[in-house]
Amino acid sequence: MYRQAKTGKLLIEILPNKCDFCGCCVGICPEDAIELKEAEIYIIDERCTNCSKCIWSCPIEVIKFNKEGVLSKSLA
Amino acid sequence: MKSDYDIIVVGAGPSGSMAARFAAEKGVSVLMLEKDRDVGYPVRCGEAVSKAGVSEFIEPDEKWISSHINNFALISPDGTEATIEFGDAGYVLERRIFDYELAKTAAKAGAEILTRAYVNGLLFENGIVSGVKYEYRGEQKQLSAKIVIAADGVESRVGRWAGLKTFTDFREMECCVQITASNINVGKNTLYFYFGQNVAPGGYFWIFPKSNNAANIGLGVSGMVGKKKSALSFLNEFMSNNFPDSPILTSIAGGVPSSITLDKISGPGIMLVGDAARQVNPLSGGGIASGMIGGSIAGRIAGEAILRNNLNHILSYDKEWHSRLGKRHEVFERIKNGIYNFSDDKFNKIAQSFNSIPKDKRTLGRLFTTALLNQPSLLVDIAKVFII
Ligand SMILES: Cc1cc2nc3c(=O)[nH]c(=O)nc-3n(C[C@H](O)[C@H](O)[C@H](O)COP(=O)(O)OP(=O)(O)OC[C@H]3O[C@@H](n4cnc5c(N)ncnc54)[C@H](O)[C@@H]3O)c2cc1C
Ligand code: SF4
Ligand code: SF4
Repeated sequence: MYRQAKTGKLLIEILPNKCDFCGCCVGICPEDAIELKEAEIYIIDERCTNCSKCIWSCPIEVIKFNKEGVLSKSLA
Repeated sequence: MKSDYDIIVVGAGPSGSMAARFAAEKGVSVLMLEKDRDVGYPVRCGEAVSKAGVSEFIEPDEKWISSHINNFALISPDGTEATIEFGDAGYVLERRIFDYELAKTAAKAGAEILTRAYVNGLLFENGIVSGVKYEYRGEQKQLSAKIVIAADGVESRVGRWAGLKTFTDFREMECCVQITASNINVGKNTLYFYFGQNVAPGGYFWIFPKSNNAANIGLGVSGMVGKKKSALSFLNEFMSNNFPDSPILTSIAGGVPSSITLDKISGPGIMLVGDAARQVNPLSGGGIASGMIGGSIAGRIAGEAILRNNLNHILSYDKEWHSRLGKRHEVFERIKNGIYNFSDDKFNKIAQSFNSIPKDKRTLGRLFTTALLNQPSLLVDIAKVFII
């Protein structure tokens, strides 16, 4: 099962165990679609529009565009 | 802990601590919530600050000063180094200790502090912010407050929940990486700024010395540049060209919102301070001092609003911030758009002509004249901006 963004399949993937939790992507996300706790990050699927701005803003290349769509966590 | 407070501050960085302290000094009840387990850690900062910027709020103390700064070196793309002496201008901090000390001043003024408290929503009453929802050690909780001050840094979500537009355009976000490396043999009292398309297009690359031959080394590039090449790639290249064998003590990512202040930084029951309000100096990317100024103004006004029982008073914060620094940041923003678009050639020419002045005559005044003669008066502005 693919995860569903606001605009169809979710195509944005935050690579597991690579994030530095810096908040840069959160600060530029126009949809408030990224949840960031002390050491936990995830995309809020139903808000994301796949705009890709977070990919360009991540200083350490941890967010990727997955044109196939991101699989739900349980099946990934 | 109580269940309702006059003022709740979200985030315990420099701006949050100053907001909490100046509010508490008015004698009202204040609680500051921080999501991390530790105030001041992790440090996502180059740690350079002007002496004037900090001493307005805290007596300088060697325990949080890593090095004293009296020189600036601007390095153009061809390697020409233009140095300017500034006397006893500033510090490279030990923010891990500095932020802690600032939080202690808030506590001393009477503010309560709770770490590991992740704020994940706001409470509203008749459309007015009336408190926060937060997660604490796996439990969802809430607290009421008459005023919420969002000091939640670059990610800045609290303001959005209150209906203010806080996100930064990705082109204006400086996306940064920084390492603290050891065995870096540079001047102990000099801040180094490197410019050029190959090192940091549309921004600058920095080396800020710390004690014991360590240094903060990093850069920021706009999201527009990041689209093609990430900050991390630039840093890796710079290190392998210049300091291939230096041991790396820490490495961090971070974002600096390099824009002018948000259109609105207060609303019914809500105030924004520091990075959350986009109060960073857009030219230098420095946000410690300006965040403390923003926090102190907001905290004082919030305290006054409670004492006067007039919550509309908080709306006067926007105006006060703009006359203290906000307007100046608009000028800096224009300068930034000028210089960061300079070609490599232009940077080289400015640095060379500045260096033709004898070293002991390279005062700010001479710099001004030289830069004027070479047309871009902007170099002077860069220099001035870094010491404000
Ligand atoms: C790489 C880099 C280098 C820099 N170099 C310099 C420099 O040399 N000089 C300078 O002056 N400035 C520098 N800056 C900018 C400076 O670090 C910031 O402007 C400054 O820290 C802003 O202070 P603040 O209090 O607004 O936010 P922060 O210091 O970011 O504090 C915000 C706090 O809020 C907490 N928080 C966030 N969300 C929540 C939530 N939902 N619930 C509870 N808590 C929350 C965070 O954990 C954090 O502790 C640099 C920034 C970066 C990224
Ligand atoms: S793709 Fe766009 S909307 Fe989705 S999380 Fe990234 S920035 Fe936000
Ligand atoms: S910008 Fe990159 S490193 Fe920073 S929080 Fe987002 S995904 Fe993590």
